[in-house]
Amino acid sequence: MLPSAARQTELLYFVRQDCGSCHGLRLEGGLGVPLTAAALKGKPAESLRDTILYGRSGTTMPPWNPFLTEAEAGWIVQMLQKGLP
Amino acid sequence: MRRYLILPLLIALFSLAGCAATLPQRGTGDLGVVIERATGSIQVVGTTNRTRLGQITGLGDLSHASVNYSRDERYAYVFGRDGGLTKVDLLEMRIVKRVIQSGNSIGGAISQDGRFVAASNYTPGGVRIFNAETLDLVADIPSADRAGKSSKVVGLVDAPGNRFVFSLFEAGEIWVADMSAPSGLAVTKFEHIGKDPYDAMITADGRYYLAGLFGEDGLALLDMWNMEAGVKRVLNGYGKGEQQLPVYKMPHLEGWAATGNELLVPAVGRHEVLVIGMNNWKEVGRIPVHGQPVFVVARPDNRQVWVNFALPHNDTVQVIDVPSRTIIKTLKPGKAVLHMEFTPRGEQVWISVRDEDRVEVYDTGTFAKIKELPASKPSGIFFTPRAHRTGL
Ligand code: HEC
Repeated sequence: MLPSAARQTELLYFVRQDCGSCHGLRLEGGLGVPLTAAALKGKPAESLRDTILYGRSGTTMPPWNPFLTEAEAGWIVQMLQKGLP
Repeated sequence: MRRYLILPLLIALFSLAGCAATLPQRGTGDLGVVIERATGSIQVVGTTNRTRLGQITGLGDLSHASVNYSRDERYAYVFGRDGGLTKVDLLEMRIVKRVIQSGNSIGGAISQDGRFVAASNYTPGGVRIFNAETLDLVADIPSADRAGKSSKVVGLVDAPGNRFVFSLFEAGEIWVADMSAPSGLAVTKFEHIGKDPYDAMITADGRYYLAGLFGEDGLALLDMWNMEAGVKRVLNGYGKGEQQLPVYKMPHLEGWAATGNELLVPAVGRHEVLVIGMNNWKEVGRIPVHGQPVFVVARPDNRQVWVNFALPHNDTVQVIDVPSRTIIKTLKPGKAVLHMEFTPRGEQVWISVRDEDRVEVYDTGTFAKIKELPASKPSGIFFTPRAHRTGL
């Protein structure tokens, strides 16, 4: 199920601002790797979604499942792979 | 004869006044900069009247931006995430010079003598050193380890002796670049200092450089007065066996509060502020706080320490009374408190509240909110007295 329009706006803001603290406001990378469409091209959406939900141990990428549902994380991956508006 | 002189004198006076209107004659010791993160702009603010004096645009990606000041407190050097280094004139309120110095930068520092500014970079890594006057490149220090692999550079500060100190995230090293060396630059490297140093600070006296480690418990300590002794591990094994919480925002060490003989530091992945005794570098206490601390900053008199937090507790600020190590105030400024900066002698503190698009000013004695100033997604707040503080 797609997040509601209001929640979508919230999520886009969240990704830019709060993911941006590691991945850069423009998602071109920082302490975290770049999350631009080019950087994520060809990567399996499901595993990216799981990275967002459960994090990657041994790295600074934290699990976001306290804040995001599976559907929301999936939608974020879709948006990232298309290129964030 | 005298009467006839008055008119030209008046004209001279008026034209002087005209000049003053275009370039105000004022000191800069009560000025500062507020970073407006999303719009790539900065506000120039005054702390005496708590006012916005102007806005300067065109500074690029300012997420995670930091600011250093020239020793005359007139110029701000703004380091942006996009690798931009911008020199801003606070009096004329304009960009003097802007260079894109690398792909992806994280922080900056200015040398003791004020002649050099240094920028530390994530991509492609390394530290670049510029002439503070012209922003011409003076030195380029790639951060390749022995194996030739490049590291992100974090925790860049200045140290007495015209030195810069910084840490290599992937390699786990601390390097000291000496700008007073006869050759112009000499780099001393300390290897195997610990896993994933993510930020560092230097004590206000310029003696102790401490790097926080993300990949393991503990801190790496370099005594700048006795570099031959090498880097030591302190607080080793702190919290072993305890569950570390996920970290949603890396703590910053820049504002680590050194309060005389104790250091208050954010615990990574824990709802605690650690108290470290500086005589033996052992943990002497832990203060439970509202969330994972991000900034832990001492009021200039060191009597209070103010703390902000990572998600989901980032709407809160807590005040620790240092002598009793207790929380004496909990404030809720609003969503996404990103930074706190004290006025030069600490009677007030400015707090940026990103999602509310404002900066709030509090009295640190009564905790009353004195003023709200509009700002577009404000993040860092930097006041000019930093110009005269080692490590800032
Ligand atoms: C505290 C820092 C930090 C924050 C905050 C953070 N990330 Fe990450 N993220 C990382 C790091 C570091 C990596 C790379 C991990 C590795 O080396 O495998 C990463 C990797 C990823 C990847 C995998 C990329 C790839 O190419 O495999 C995705 C997707 C991702 N992050 C999404 C997000 C989203 C969405 C958010 C916000 C909800 C976020 N991250 C917030 C640090 C962070």
